[in-house]
Amino acid sequence: METYTLIVLLLAATIRVATPLLLAALAGMFSERSGVIDLGLEGKMLGAAFAAAAVSAVTGSAWAGLAAGVLTSVALALLIGFACITHRGNQVVAAMAVNIVVAGLGPSLALAWFNLGGQTPQLDAPGQRFIGLVWPWAGHARETPFPGLLYAELLSGHNLIIYLAAALVPAGAWLLYRTRFGLRLRAVGENPAAVDTAGISVNALRYQAVLISGMLCGVAGAYLSTAASSGFVRDMTAGKGYLALAALIFGKWRPYPTLGACLLFAFTDALASRLQGVALPVVGVIPVQFILALPYVLTVLLLAGFVGKAVAPQAIGVPYAKEQ
Amino acid sequence: MSAPRRLPRWADLGLLPVVSLLAALAASAAIIAVIGESPWMAMRLLVAGAFGSQEAAGYTLYYATNFIFTGLAVAVAYHAGLFNIGCEGQAYVGGLGVGLACLGLDHHWPFWAILPVAMVAAAAFGAAWAFIPAWLQARRGSHIVITTIMFNFIASALMTYLLVEVLIKPGQQSPESREFAAAAWLPSLPALLGRAGLEVSTSPLNLAFLIALAAAALVWVFLWHTRWGFALRTVGQNPAAAVYAGISPPRVTLLAMLISGALAGGLGLNEVMGGQHRLLLDFPGGAGFVGIAVALMGRNHPVGIFFAAVLFGALYQGGSQLSFDLPRVNRDLVVVIQGLVILTCGALENLFHVPLAALLARGRGKGEGE
Amino acid sequence: MSATPTESPAAFAAPGRDLPPALELRGVDKRFGAVHANRAVSFTVARGTVHGLIGENGAGKSTLMNIVYGFHQADAGEILVHGRRVELHRPHDAIAAGIGMVHQHFMLVGRFTVLENVVLGAEGGRLLAGGLARARAELETIARDYGLAVPLDAVVEHLPVGLQQRVEILKALFRRTEILILDEPTAVLTPQETEQLFHLLARLRQQGKTVILVTHKLREIMAATDRVTVMRQGAVVYETATRATSERALAESMVGRPVLLQVDKAPARPGEVLLAVKNLEVRDRFGVTRVRQASFELRAGEILGLAGVTGNGQSELLEAVAGILPPSRGEIVFKGVDLVGGGLGPRERRRLGLAHVPEDRLRMGVVATFSAQANAILGYHDRPAYNRYGLLRGAAILAGCERKMRDYDVRPASPGMPLSAFSGGNQQKLVLAREIDCDPQVLLVGQPTRGVDIGAVEFIHRRLVALRDAGKAVLLVSVELDEILGLADRILVMFNGEITGEVASAEATEQKLGLMMAGVKEGDA
Repeated sequence: METYTLIVLLLAATIRVATPLLLAALAGMFSERSGVIDLGLEGKMLGAAFAAAAVSAVTGSAWAGLAAGVLTSVALALLIGFACITHRGNQVVAAMAVNIVVAGLGPSLALAWFNLGGQTPQLDAPGQRFIGLVWPWAGHARETPFPGLLYAELLSGHNLIIYLAAALVPAGAWLLYRTRFGLRLRAVGENPAAVDTAGISVNALRYQAVLISGMLCGVAGAYLSTAASSGFVRDMTAGKGYLALAALIFGKWRPYPTLGACLLFAFTDALASRLQGVALPVVGVIPVQFILALPYVLTVLLLAGFVGKAVAPQAIGVPYAKEQ
Repeated sequence: MSAPRRLPRWADLGLLPVVSLLAALAASAAIIAVIGESPWMAMRLLVAGAFGSQEAAGYTLYYATNFIFTGLAVAVAYHAGLFNIGCEGQAYVGGLGVGLACLGLDHHWPFWAILPVAMVAAAAFGAAWAFIPAWLQARRGSHIVITTIMFNFIASALMTYLLVEVLIKPGQQSPESREFAAAAWLPSLPALLGRAGLEVSTSPLNLAFLIALAAAALVWVFLWHTRWGFALRTVGQNPAAAVYAGISPPRVTLLAMLISGALAGGLGLNEVMGGQHRLLLDFPGGAGFVGIAVALMGRNHPVGIFFAAVLFGALYQGGSQLSFDLPRVNRDLVVVIQGLVILTCGALENLFHVPLAALLARGRGKGEGE
Repeated sequence: MSATPTESPAAFAAPGRDLPPALELRGVDKRFGAVHANRAVSFTVARGTVHGLIGENGAGKSTLMNIVYGFHQADAGEILVHGRRVELHRPHDAIAAGIGMVHQHFMLVGRFTVLENVVLGAEGGRLLAGGLARARAELETIARDYGLAVPLDAVVEHLPVGLQQRVEILKALFRRTEILILDEPTAVLTPQETEQLFHLLARLRQQGKTVILVTHKLREIMAATDRVTVMRQGAVVYETATRATSERALAESMVGRPVLLQVDKAPARPGEVLLAVKNLEVRDRFGVTRVRQASFELRAGEILGLAGVTGNGQSELLEAVAGILPPSRGEIVFKGVDLVGGGLGPRERRRLGLAHVPEDRLRMGVVATFSAQANAILGYHDRPAYNRYGLLRGAAILAGCERKMRDYDVRPASPGMPLSAFSGGNQQKLVLAREIDCDPQVLLVGQPTRGVDIGAVEFIHRRLVALRDAGKAVLLVSVELDEILGLADRILVMFNGEITGEVASAEATEQKLGLMMAGVKEGDA
């Protein structure tokens, strides 16, 4: 029974850890499907985390924080878009540059405005964070292991953003596969010339994709600082943006497989904390770092073609210029 | 696409980076103002903090050494048409090689015997870490940008494990190896100068700086004065012409990345053997990414890289001084400036390139061929 | 430029109708930098006809059609559709005006299905479901009307090329195109698929649509069109009803008569066989067979010309002999060495004495960003003359470049200048100098005077003859018939990947060659 409880708690932790990954991965999905590499997920999330925490601290409202986070992330996304789409700059460099700028700018502004050594103030007043929403009878349900505990831990108790993220998966799939916009978006990532000759603006589509990416990253970042923690700290994304990209690649740029990849990676993260120092049969103690490195290793194996094929959108990474 | 006006060589190598740098500095000044400090004051303190004293200058060059290594690494790959974002991980693993050599030999061999072993280890380990992404790109077409980023994280995990579990000095808390014996210390340059009669304040500046300069010279010779460098640059500029000339692009890809990784490993010499005298966590400290900025600003040429590396070293050193003197500023601001330089020098080139070319063309009359 | 007069517009209105022409161009002019792609082009396409637009590669046909489709903007001139002036700033405008285009390189999304590709841009609503269903019904009707059966749910990249092209045509018909432009449609089709395409074009004409067929293949013009316009070097040079002309006449006007520079040369004295090619089959990068069963011999002391309209396999043949494109079948033996079986690449072939001046020097023969002296050793950078233990010998390279520039009159004689700053003629002279410098036994040359000014043309021609007089062999590929006639001792003609004939140059005439270039084999009428 204890194992069962452990597993359920592990799964609940997985859901919480997977949420920012999922949001960022979905963000990347829209951008990359349109042909723009999205290495800037890290920076956009971090920027949003800072803005959300700062505004929430000042205004006392997590919702205001969320709005600020989204706006910040969108601004960063448009900056990268400006460099890459309009000016056909190098997408990798532009994204890395923004990541680095944000990594420094967040703590710099935090220090200047709040004088706490690079953090934002603790969000401990009510309304400053997104807290878990407890569903009816969850307290009672917890007493019954099955299915009560599942209800209490897996379904109930998550904050709004987690539910939002879950809803975004089918929503994203619908947008991508059942609308005109989605069709054109997918086309422009495969063969922008085909879209151009069909009379549709390639740049406009890409900007829209980048915009969506910005919005979703904004939610992801706000989650990190106002839901998962109570404030912004330096480097709080800790590589989650790249991990989300890895999950996206692992999920072959499709919404549901990406969800699976995010859950898988999040699971390894949750597992790592649990298994620290615990001896397993046969293998003994697995170093925690190995488990943490697992998502990255899996992604490399995938890219090498050993774990199935990952075929990227064909026109990805190449700025579009009409041929003579 | 109508051909963009060409910039004359001097403008492309000299003026454009300066213009980009000024744009980045202007943006930085704006941010400093937003923070509530005076941009002028900040710039003055930065320069003073970087070059104001012998000790400061020593620190500046010490940091610059790291950036020379990583800048060269990025540049060599770039000349072959590749983007090596993995210098951070390659430098980390290269340092591991140095550390292992030192830990294994420091009680048994004299310095002059340990040094070449450490240098080879730095290069070999760094190259090995670049090998797999390189092979995957050359033979299986896996996007090298993604694989090198993944390998950065894997390196981080690997090194953490090694430092926490395997190499840690018994009985201590912090994840570091034991300190090397003196035989495995790279001599400090101030000390060497002192012995030659010149009194210079101490700083971590060490022999690795000279090794980096030598590496820069060797890279220059290799790229522009050997047949392999010629082949490498041909692949980077025109793969079809390379095939025509009997050069194999996949083979060149591999070679370029191996050299790149080896150069990144040189950072390990500076930090592990020269500065810290032990293996510790995260000693690259972002130098891999700064290397990208340095290479871009230095237009992928060793001379430009040297100056760009010193500039970034100055930013680094001056930045830490800045955080002492200006209460509202910390080292993170330096990171911001670095990022802005990468942005302007690397991604917004076209933004500056076109008006600059037009300006120059007008300046010299209608001389530009049309 | 030829001065053959065109017929008056009134004479070719579609029989029985008096409607304004489907498309009329007046004075359309376009430059790309220094290249004058279209020179004041004027022509008219009558409604309900299949109109051919023919010309060599680089004649300006594709540029012109891209302007009509709104992909490029003309610098000057007007376009009238069905008698009304239109402004075509983007493909969107052209589509609205009833113009559709099937490009040479398909504009399809490989991973999408046929249905998705057809509706892209004309989805019929924000949500796909309804639009797709309606499109499916309409496409079934179109398929019936035109005999264009295509599996709507198949993924495009799995379809054979012929079917992919049908998808492109369906796209146009779905958008109610009235004027359909087909740019080199048969480039990747088998003969059977080509026949099917022609039936389709006839069907379209029956339905009152107008078709413009852009091609460089004479047979297609004769088989499928009502009228034909010939372009050369950006201008219209000839226009006629198809039934009033012949392949020969078209070939002559396509190739044109530039200023003839007669090259004085002594008769050839062919020696031993240096290069023997047997039953060579070469496929291009997409797997399409480009050279079939090619066999020939090249002897020392002769210039063997390989004539033919572009795209008939000469390029692939040349690349195969040079070692860049591996043949799928056949043999290439050079001075007794089996090049294919031995797996010898370009570097080894150069070492044996087989040099190569490529057809597209900018794409393949030089690195435009490198200096002249760097380009002067491209492919030879590992030779002892330029190398000591791997270190490049700067002084030797510089001296070598200066010598080459002197001997071949390359101007300006600045070895340090980037090659892109040199004119086309000087670039080509440097490439020639480089390839001849190491005294090759056989020189492969493709389009030696493409983009080269007159003075340099003469120089290059004299150099090639000098090489031959020194006992070397030259394999010359050129689309300029005069160049072949002037230089070659023996002429092979290629058509559709096969060598359709061989003539000694003394007996060759333009007419004879023109026929062989059009696929009429020796011995046929």
